[in-house]
Amino acid sequence: MSKVSVIEPSKGWKVVDVGELWRYKDLLYFLTVRGIKARYAQSVLGVGWAIIQPLFTTLVFTVVFGGLAKVDSDGMPYILFSYLALWPWNYFSGTLSESANSLVANAGMITKVYFPRLILPLAAIFSKLLDFIISFIVLLGLLIYFQVMPGWNLVFLPLLLVQLLMASLGIGMILSAMAVQYRDVKYALTFVVQLLLYLAPVVYSTTAVPDQWQFVYSLNPMVGVVEGIRAMFLSRPMPWEWIWPGAIVAMAVFVFGLFYFRRMEKVFADVA
Amino acid sequence: MSDTIIKVENISKRYRIGLQEKKADTFAQQMVNVLKYPIDNFRKIKNLGKFQGEEEEGVHWALKDVSFEVKQGEVLGIIGKNGAGKSTLLKILSKITEPTSGRIEMYGRVAALLEVGTGFHPELTGRENIYMNGTILGMTKREIDRKLDEIIDFSGVGKYIDTPVKFYSSGMRVRLGFSVAAHLEPEILIIDEVLSVGDFEFQQKCLGKMGEVSKYEGRTVLFVSHNMSAVKELCSNSLVLKNGNFQKIGKTSEVLHLYLGKTSEKKFNRIIDNQNYEVIVNMAYIENSKEDLDGYVTLFIQLLSNLETSVALDIRVKTSDLQIPVGFGSMGTFDHFDQLKLNKGKNNFEFNINTKTIAVGEYLLSIDITKPFVKFYDRCEDCISFEILKPTSKQKDLLLSWNYGAYVIEITSNV
Repeated sequence: MSKVSVIEPSKGWKVVDVGELWRYKDLLYFLTVRGIKARYAQSVLGVGWAIIQPLFTTLVFTVVFGGLAKVDSDGMPYILFSYLALWPWNYFSGTLSESANSLVANAGMITKVYFPRLILPLAAIFSKLLDFIISFIVLLGLLIYFQVMPGWNLVFLPLLLVQLLMASLGIGMILSAMAVQYRDVKYALTFVVQLLLYLAPVVYSTTAVPDQWQFVYSLNPMVGVVEGIRAMFLSRPMPWEWIWPGAIVAMAVFVFGLFYFRRMEKVFADVA
Repeated sequence: MSDTIIKVENISKRYRIGLQEKKADTFAQQMVNVLKYPIDNFRKIKNLGKFQGEEEEGVHWALKDVSFEVKQGEVLGIIGKNGAGKSTLLKILSKITEPTSGRIEMYGRVAALLEVGTGFHPELTGRENIYMNGTILGMTKREIDRKLDEIIDFSGVGKYIDTPVKFYSSGMRVRLGFSVAAHLEPEILIIDEVLSVGDFEFQQKCLGKMGEVSKYEGRTVLFVSHNMSAVKELCSNSLVLKNGNFQKIGKTSEVLHLYLGKTSEKKFNRIIDNQNYEVIVNMAYIENSKEDLDGYVTLFIQLLSNLETSVALDIRVKTSDLQIPVGFGSMGTFDHFDQLKLNKGKNNFEFNINTKTIAVGEYLLSIDITKPFVKFYDRCEDCISFEILKPTSKQKDLLLSWNYGAYVIEITSNV
């Protein structure tokens, strides 16, 4: 006799079932592919939009903040300064809205089939990775144009990417679970994401932050990611004091997200 | 083997239903309500999945204390009227939603088919959607690779397999979805009314495949359907639910009788408490045609009469669930030569009714006795229920009748 599965009302907080997630890895793959294909289906430029969007935002920022408002960019060309920040930021903001909507957008699936629900925000976050990689190619172009050579501390890039992923996924899980029940999340997110941009050093430099607020400011995981990426591509010492508080927050949000999602999971089909 | 493969113990599930809002009767009250609106909403949404006491206002028990067991290789039909809790039971069994209380044990891999083509994306091709749908249903990529040709072949979509699904007809989409599902290899298969879509021929093909699977591979199947002929054909045993409560489990033929019997009386018998009538229907019932007439049923009627006269008999047929008129038949209303001649006392009649144009399903029959355009004697509204279990002739008739159009139902005297 094969293995027994028991269905019972669940109580309290539960750990995520990694084994089950693994069994559904093919579903994660196909949902990710579906996300990418569906996003650029029947568009002339296709993935070209992943280049155009950040590039034009950078140009506007360069004109408005670098040119007109003369924001200090730590002595580097403003266009490079802002693109280095927009590269991770766009990924972060994009995954936030995509994953927050992932459950609501797939309510039809949730109410008809069982699969680990976590797959949905995960797929949203992975499908955005393609854009992330493509806009990296633009970054390479900019580096070559300005003849900037990244320093040896580029080896820390994976660490920062893990922090970025954990922050995106953590917040994504919390927001998507909330959005199933409270559709307000969707409406709030569209403008909150825009406002959040100013809570990270994307258009301005961290030197503009008053000393007494530095610690509170660095609790934002994106502060460390942006500062770290700038430092490593411009051969500056790693700004660990900006990174570690955010790293801890990212980890905490990720773990809390996992548990919160799991706890809310059982009512998804009933309230979606 | 006759081991228990599914064991359901005291499963209950409750849902919250909408309560009527309190209306404001003054303008000031209305203003307060506008301000309170977000707070009330928050409370309402927050409580969607939460419950405090046992018997709260606005709580509906979709299932209450349902217990049963299913043996390996059994094909169990789950029947009941709308709102009986069938779909809720399936959703719990397929882990889509959690029960409020109770416990279920299942031995083996479970696949649930509550919808055809879940996860289909219109922009993806048929081939890509096979992988999408297959993995959602719990197959691995390797499994699908192995069965891909078979799935494409079964669907009959053929050369369109690399076309985006948005260009498919709805029928093609259903076929594709079902052929993925038909190639699942779980030990337990749970199927909701999915067979009600798609064309007749393809339905038959799917039913055939399902029957095959349970017979030769020992798979356990739970099958929810309103299609009684499908239930009869496929399911050895059936479970009846009523208003969320377990009613009966047993041999399909016995259980179906109970299920149908509840709809209305099969046989109509009137209790006559006074003699103030001229003509009245005393008794009426329907049986399968006595003669070897395919597609006919026999209607027996006993009329009590206090006078010697002739009357017309009209019958009206409608569907039992949605009460949609299906047809009208008459003896004598439009052609007085057909009228029934009555003597004083009991008069027995027997008619053959052509049911060839009526689709598979449950129907209610009403009887009117009149003297056309002169006098109304008696009416028995929805007094007999009957069921068409098999489409009698060709598919054409069946499809015609899905529209529930008003046909003339042919009646001939059977004397």
